[in-house]
Amino acid sequence: MKHALSVLVNNQPGVLLRVVSMFSRRAFNIDSLSVGITESPKYSRITIFFSGEVHIVDQMIKQLGKIPDVAAVQLHKPEDAVYRGMTLIKVKSSANNRLDILKIAELFRARVIDVQATTLIFEITGQDEKVLAFTRLLDPYGILEIIRTGQIALERGEQTITSNKKKNSFYGKNML
Amino acid sequence: MEGSQAIIKCLKENGINTIFGYPGGMILPLFDALSKTNDIDFILTTHEQSAAHAADGYARASGKAGVCIATSGPGATNLVTGIATAFMDSIPMVIITGQVDSSLLGKDSFQETDIFGITMPITKHNFKLQNANELIPLLRESFSLACSGRKGPVLIDIPKDFFYADVAYPAKEAEPPAAKPDADFLICAAEAINEILNSRRPVIIAGGGVIIGEAHKELLSFAEKYKIPVVSTLMGIGAFPSDHPLYMGFAGLHGRKSANYAVAEADLIIAVGSRFGDRQTGNITHYVYEKHFIHIDIDPAEIDKNVHSNIGLSGDMKTILNLLMQREPINNLNSWWQILQKHREKFAYEYTGKYDVPNIMHYISRSINKGDYVVATDVGQHQMWAAQHIRRYQPRTWFTSGGLGTMGFGLPAALGIQLYFGNEKRVIHIAGDGGIKMTGSEYYTIAALHLPIISIIINNESLGMIRQLQKVFYGARYFSCNFEYKMNYTKYIESFGIKAYTVHSMDEFVESFSDALKQKGPTALVVNIGKAFVDPMANTDARLNTFINF
Repeated sequence: MKHALSVLVNNQPGVLLRVVSMFSRRAFNIDSLSVGITESPKYSRITIFFSGEVHIVDQMIKQLGKIPDVAAVQLHKPEDAVYRGMTLIKVKSSANNRLDILKIAELFRARVIDVQATTLIFEITGQDEKVLAFTRLLDPYGILEIIRTGQIALERGEQTITSNKKKNSFYGKNML
Repeated sequence: MEGSQAIIKCLKENGINTIFGYPGGMILPLFDALSKTNDIDFILTTHEQSAAHAADGYARASGKAGVCIATSGPGATNLVTGIATAFMDSIPMVIITGQVDSSLLGKDSFQETDIFGITMPITKHNFKLQNANELIPLLRESFSLACSGRKGPVLIDIPKDFFYADVAYPAKEAEPPAAKPDADFLICAAEAINEILNSRRPVIIAGGGVIIGEAHKELLSFAEKYKIPVVSTLMGIGAFPSDHPLYMGFAGLHGRKSANYAVAEADLIIAVGSRFGDRQTGNITHYVYEKHFIHIDIDPAEIDKNVHSNIGLSGDMKTILNLLMQREPINNLNSWWQILQKHREKFAYEYTGKYDVPNIMHYISRSINKGDYVVATDVGQHQMWAAQHIRRYQPRTWFTSGGLGTMGFGLPAALGIQLYFGNEKRVIHIAGDGGIKMTGSEYYTIAALHLPIISIIINNESLGMIRQLQKVFYGARYFSCNFEYKMNYTKYIESFGIKAYTVHSMDEFVESFSDALKQKGPTALVVNIGKAFVDPMANTDARLNTFINF
């Protein structure tokens, strides 16, 4: 089963390595990873998509919570969150078939971001299934390169990751 | 204030008066500062690994953070085994490593190693200093992290120029007030009491967490209140008095049979400060069969990690045990105790006085009894025999490397433990001939400091535990475990100026041991003895009360 996890971390040296190595140490495979700034300069936010059994996810959240530089951890359920990732696709095209390709792109709401005499580059965002369907249709024209960013996830509604912020004493001597 | 002076001030602020280590280029400024102070005893070991084990031993004995220091590169990498040992057993340590100048970082400079990256998975937390003014806040944070919650080692890597730099020494911030159990927690505790009162065959497993959490008195009252039998893990030996009528012994892969039967036949396991390690549970599927579990641990991530518990209570062990004593027992455990009593009688070990290791351990146990002695072991067969046959009555009187099983741990750890106890208690160090070849150089430090450690070296001229594993799992194809080439351990130890005895019989052992007890300085008994197998050994494919026949 696939899971989406957001991890809010202090901007400290080695913190990304610490979070990622926790996954490899406990033998989880990361499907997608994305790191970036947040609304506060104090924190970075890491989004990890990974596969694993449900009880293992609970263990992972606890292990991540023990890292002193981790401020909050949030598991995103598909029904409560939105997921986004971006894909760039470079496909072969000539004057003969350019319009056909552009029509397909329009159906998928993919944007053209570069046009050359013999190639096109598209930008497409959204769920895996949509991207997969788009690439399948482009395949006969000759895909030269595909690149994807890590997916990111955001909870719907007023709930934010900071409402999950752990107490300072979580792993300290006052913990109970 | 100069960085290295500030470090010494901060060590004192944290109540540290003894540290262990080994010098090298990048940490020399700190050694220079140490040479100018009388407040901190610096113990020079013969190897950085030993410095880490000694600081670990000191921490196990004192309950406070053990401190060791080493230089960059090889000095730091030599610490790794010692740090991992402390990490696996949740021992508080602060490790300070020197690093190349901040201007030389990342250039593969002489003796530069990324010790921050190397130790990330084997420390509770670690720091790589990026500017000199972080020095004191992060060193304080290291102590605070090492000694709070689930304790553990914390490493701080300091570039050489920061030792000379002028650093700020800010005032110490007040600790946040202790958290109190909330309503959900109290409901959980009440459910746990219900489980206990409804059980017919409960067993308490006392782990190392009881000792680290200093909850042995609460554990005793808790067990006595409900008359629940207690077994201990390897790390939990001493958490419960071994002559107590409720005590069933040390349980696990090489546990006493009576203890393993109690665990296997229980309907409720109350694990206190134990993490259900695989050497404790054996085959996990068989282990959990038709049992309920109450798991009490300071680390929330331990709950449901290895064994799914019906009720998990994570937090301060003393508080939790007190919460669990709020109701009066209603369940009658007489029939359970009758079963246990039969196991006890059936599996009682008969000490014949024969010249073998169990009888030697029994003799040591009777001689030191409740006196001012503590036991530190190495890793291997002798460790299991000691755990089975040496009785311990108090916490912090039994020291061993449990989680990592580090051969060579015993001697340097004994050094740290003896330094902590001073003249109050004497360390009986038990090791095999294999471990002595690993860190035996530490006899130099022990001799130089004239520490009254008594070493018992079980010399069976083999790696006994390897031999045992090859016997059981590899069709007795013995390889790399028998030492064909003989060495004279007595002469080796004498070369350090330590009084050593050669033992070939029970009479010689008794005579040498009583003479060693009279000595003021270090002594060692080289016990030359035949090869044997540690019995019992639980079957790893079946329940904990099925055993391998040799």
